[in-house]
Amino acid sequence: MSGRSKVVLAAFAVLGLVTITSSLYTVSETEQVIITQFGEPMGQAITQAGLHLKIPFAQEANVFDKRWLEWNGNANQVPTRDKKYIGVETYARWRIANPLLFFQRLRDERGAQSRLDDIIDGETRNVIASHDLIEAVRTTNRAFEKGEEAEDIMEAESMRQIELGRDKITRLILERVSNVVPDYGIELVDVQIQRINYIESVQAKVFDRMISERKRIADRHRSEGQGKSAEVRGKKERELKVIESEAYRKTQEIMGRGDAEATSIYADAYNRNRELYRFLKTMETYHSTIDKESWLVLSTSTDVFRYLQSQNAAGNPGKAVIPSR
Amino acid sequence: MRGSRRPLILVGLVIVGLVALYSSYYQVEPDEVGLVTRFGRFVRTCNPGPHAKFPFGIERVQKVPVQRQLKQEFGFRTARADIQSSFHKDEKTEAESVMLTGDLNVATVEWIVQYKISDPYKYLFRMRDVEETFRLMTEASMRTVVGDHSVTELLTVGREAIASKAKELLSHLCKLYDNGISVQQLILQDVDPPEAVRPSFNAVNQAIQERERAINEAWAEYNQEIPRARGLAEQKIQAAEGYAIDRVNRAKGDAQRFNALEEQYRKAPEVTRTRIYLETLAAVLPAAGKKLIFDEKAKGILPMFPLGQVQEVKP
Repeated sequence: MSGRSKVVLAAFAVLGLVTITSSLYTVSETEQVIITQFGEPMGQAITQAGLHLKIPFAQEANVFDKRWLEWNGNANQVPTRDKKYIGVETYARWRIANPLLFFQRLRDERGAQSRLDDIIDGETRNVIASHDLIEAVRTTNRAFEKGEEAEDIMEAESMRQIELGRDKITRLILERVSNVVPDYGIELVDVQIQRINYIESVQAKVFDRMISERKRIADRHRSEGQGKSAEVRGKKERELKVIESEAYRKTQEIMGRGDAEATSIYADAYNRNRELYRFLKTMETYHSTIDKESWLVLSTSTDVFRYLQSQNAAGNPGKAVIPSR
Repeated sequence: MRGSRRPLILVGLVIVGLVALYSSYYQVEPDEVGLVTRFGRFVRTCNPGPHAKFPFGIERVQKVPVQRQLKQEFGFRTARADIQSSFHKDEKTEAESVMLTGDLNVATVEWIVQYKISDPYKYLFRMRDVEETFRLMTEASMRTVVGDHSVTELLTVGREAIASKAKELLSHLCKLYDNGISVQQLILQDVDPPEAVRPSFNAVNQAIQERERAINEAWAEYNQEIPRARGLAEQKIQAAEGYAIDRVNRAKGDAQRFNALEEQYRKAPEVTRTRIYLETLAAVLPAAGKKLIFDEKAKGILPMFPLGQVQEVKP
């Protein structure tokens, strides 16, 4: 072969290779392709992954993603219907459902993102602004469980019943956005409120409210403690009185019974001979009443000394004289 | 000239052969599976072990750690996991953790979520940036659930319920987005009121302690005094019983003694009487301090004594 024919051969080889690569394209599992011929879209999208053929040079493969794609909203400052200023961050996941339409209307993802910013942020704003804050925070009307704390002093506003709730509000945003985006070949799977926060200046006021709320709860606990302890002390006082008085009643009763029985025994016994009893008792009294301090002034006429005067004072001295009463 | 070219071509072929060999071999680790695509199209899944594929990018393999327990952290990051792990927080993590509660209060919640890739095909091909989206899904779920609980519930009794509801919601979102992830566990970590109001929350706890202490003290007093009072009461009652028995026994004794005496007395009343009288005086008279015996017929002594000091005893 001559040097010239070698060059021609090489040129053909390169041309052939370029033609082959230009007529082949791959579509991955995550992609879909729109074929354009001189810039004009040719038919529906190719969504089947694998190796595909196209007319070389004239046709171009425009690749779009097939997966759920990101859209993350910015922190929007929105006033709610009840004039609370909050920051709302939403996210949405979307996909190119109609690549042809998407291609025609938005060209590429960048265009889509900016359009979604407009639409979703706008609808979020609209929906949040036309509802009270509580609607976007709570989901159900479930009653809060009462813990240790006294819930009834919570702000009445936060105890309000909701009409829609967060779930329905996000549904509402999704619904409204979903009405618009099919025009762009876009389908939305979901819109979620990722974050809701008070803006700085409101937050300070909320903190103040929380502090005063907690203070009230603390005060109530304290006074409840005082009340309960007073109750226990009262119960104690009462029981002490019951115990003491009952004991007094019982002792008096028992002692009375003893006294009564003793009295009846004495009475029975002494009734048999009252004269003797009186005499003995009198004698006993002498024992107990006469002591060192006592002066006894005794007449010789008393029985015991009658014999001092005369042996025969009372007749026969040999005889004992019984004092008579 | 030809002779000198041939080895060059041979070397070229060997190099191409080596590259082909190298690019057709791959290994799947024990906790992974490999997903093979040919010209972009998914063709097969490979289990752990050594495998071969078409070289030169005709077949590509993507490895997905399906066995691994994956974890995302919210409100903090583990800077270094060790026996004593160190954590890291900044403005970004704080923004993750601050949220509104159902009673329109603010709380900071830290939590983790553990998950597995249950469907590697979906994980790779259904959603772009699955991990980041999963973060957002988790945040949205947690905030939705916290938004339906009071701050008190969040801090005390509701923790378990909140975690399990958030997990439920997150699992629901995973199913909706079809992202091939299955949520294993969602665990609440530190849940606190915001820094600025924390002292007042602590004050509430303190007040609860104070309340309990006041009540306990009152009960302690009660328990101290009531049993003692009961004991004392019992003591008094027993003493009264003793008194009653004492009275009755003495009465019985006295009565019996009297009866016995009386029986004998009846036999000789006068003698007995005199005997007792004289015995008594014999016992009594020595005990008296001063004794004065006078004759009634000798009048005049009596007025010499100040009568106030005289104790006159008449039988």
